[in-house]
Amino acid sequence: MENDNIAELRGVKLVYHEPSRETLAVEGLSLEIKRGEFISVVGPSGCGKTSVLKLLTGLMSPTAGSVSVMGEAPSAVRKRIGYMLQRDALFEWRNIRRNAELGLEIRGELDEASRRKVGEMLEKYGLGDFAGHYPDELSGGMRQKAALIRTLAPEPELLLLDEPFSALDHQTRLILEDEVYELIRSGGRTAVLVTHDISEAVAMSDRVAVFTGRPARVRRIVEPGLYGLPGERRADPRFSAVFESIWKELRQDERGA
Amino acid sequence: MSEEHRKYLRGIKRRRSLVTLARVLLLVLMIGGWELAVRLGLADPFIVSSPSRVVSCLAGLASRGELLPHVAATFAETAAGFAAGTAAGCAAAVLLWFSPFLERVLEPYLVVLNALPKIALGPILIVWVGAGAGAIIVMALLVSTVVTVMTVLAGFLEQGKEKQELMASFGATRAQTFLKAVLPASVPSIMSALRISVGMSWVGVIVGEYLVSKRGIGYLIVYGGQVFRLDLVMASVSVLCVLAAAMYYAVAFFEKRVSARFAETAAK
Repeated sequence: MENDNIAELRGVKLVYHEPSRETLAVEGLSLEIKRGEFISVVGPSGCGKTSVLKLLTGLMSPTAGSVSVMGEAPSAVRKRIGYMLQRDALFEWRNIRRNAELGLEIRGELDEASRRKVGEMLEKYGLGDFAGHYPDELSGGMRQKAALIRTLAPEPELLLLDEPFSALDHQTRLILEDEVYELIRSGGRTAVLVTHDISEAVAMSDRVAVFTGRPARVRRIVEPGLYGLPGERRADPRFSAVFESIWKELRQDERGA
Repeated sequence: MSEEHRKYLRGIKRRRSLVTLARVLLLVLMIGGWELAVRLGLADPFIVSSPSRVVSCLAGLASRGELLPHVAATFAETAAGFAAGTAAGCAAAVLLWFSPFLERVLEPYLVVLNALPKIALGPILIVWVGAGAGAIIVMALLVSTVVTVMTVLAGFLEQGKEKQELMASFGATRAQTFLKAVLPASVPSIMSALRISVGMSWVGVIVGEYLVSKRGIGYLIVYGGQVFRLDLVMASVSVLCVLAAAMYYAVAFFEKRVSARFAETAAK
């Protein structure tokens, strides 16, 4: 790709088919994701936010329009995309280290060096002492961190996060936000975060794409213009103004619906 | 450890030994009551036999060298039927997991096969395989295979979409998804299939022996019944109890070992 977009959705339409009905989930959606940015997608619940991630991973194909990642079809560059699911989906029969190595293992990239790297990541993010433990011995926040390391270990250039904090309590979420932010930004990676939590989007992103209700498309793109760690941004006096403006956008939709 | 916790642990231990004690007592009571009822003339030993008669019957069989060949024959048939039935059942379940289309197509056939009392196929088996050990093993295989396929396949299919989606996001092949995610997650259901199928194999073998055999515990039971030697029937049933329980516990022990080891080797 000649420009600095890592991924592009152009005029995307997505229809779900079920035996009893078809659902128009996404229509006329265009979004450019710039290399190196942290962009969030917020929108009314059930508006098809997750569909955007599935389109970007190539797990789903658009009914019309085009999706390209790094100038190619998503499925062709899947190795360079990391996808983090809502729930950690850790394998109960593997210890934390072997869970974190799963992605590398599937790609046949597990060797001495990559193993050491996973060990260092676990160490750095407070899971070093738990490497030999099994998932059921860890708290929800630690499990989610292990899942994130599993996603990041193969060094994806584009990271897709599907409400990674939604299963956690508020306190854990705030602590984890900072750690996850550091973990993601340390490699200068591009991240797309789908969330229903406006404050989370504002605290973490360079840009926030506000979606309309179904069929989803981009209503507006907000640039919070805040800097530093999510915790610092939350403390910024401008934080609530940004939050308010996004909330207003969303509320218009709720009323319209 | 606090005093309360020690008390709590003592309580657990006491309840556990109480259960064991009650179990042994119940067995002694049943056998003793049976013997007593016969000795006191409350029951006819010709109809119900008695523990002492069972023991002397077993001793007689053993001293004449007749017990071991029968036991060995039945045991070998059961082991063969169980092994073949489990292997065939697991292989079929794997195949059906890889091909959802085939699974959909074969579903009603499996349901019918499962509902069918397999003993009804006895005469067909005798004609096809011959009235010998072959027919008995095939009967045991039939009885245990169908239940294995259904239990193992259900285990494969109930594995959530989440793990499979995760595998897909890493670009895993379907074989990788099966080996790394679905199979290890299904170990518990495979193990419970084993436990069910070991019992089923005994059923298949005894039924098979009723129908065709000149050897084995099933043969002894039928023969004893026909010549009205209840001692022999009861003795054979007792031996069967011990054998079936031993095999069940062996499988349960194996289950524990494998579950632990599987977690370690699944990655390679």
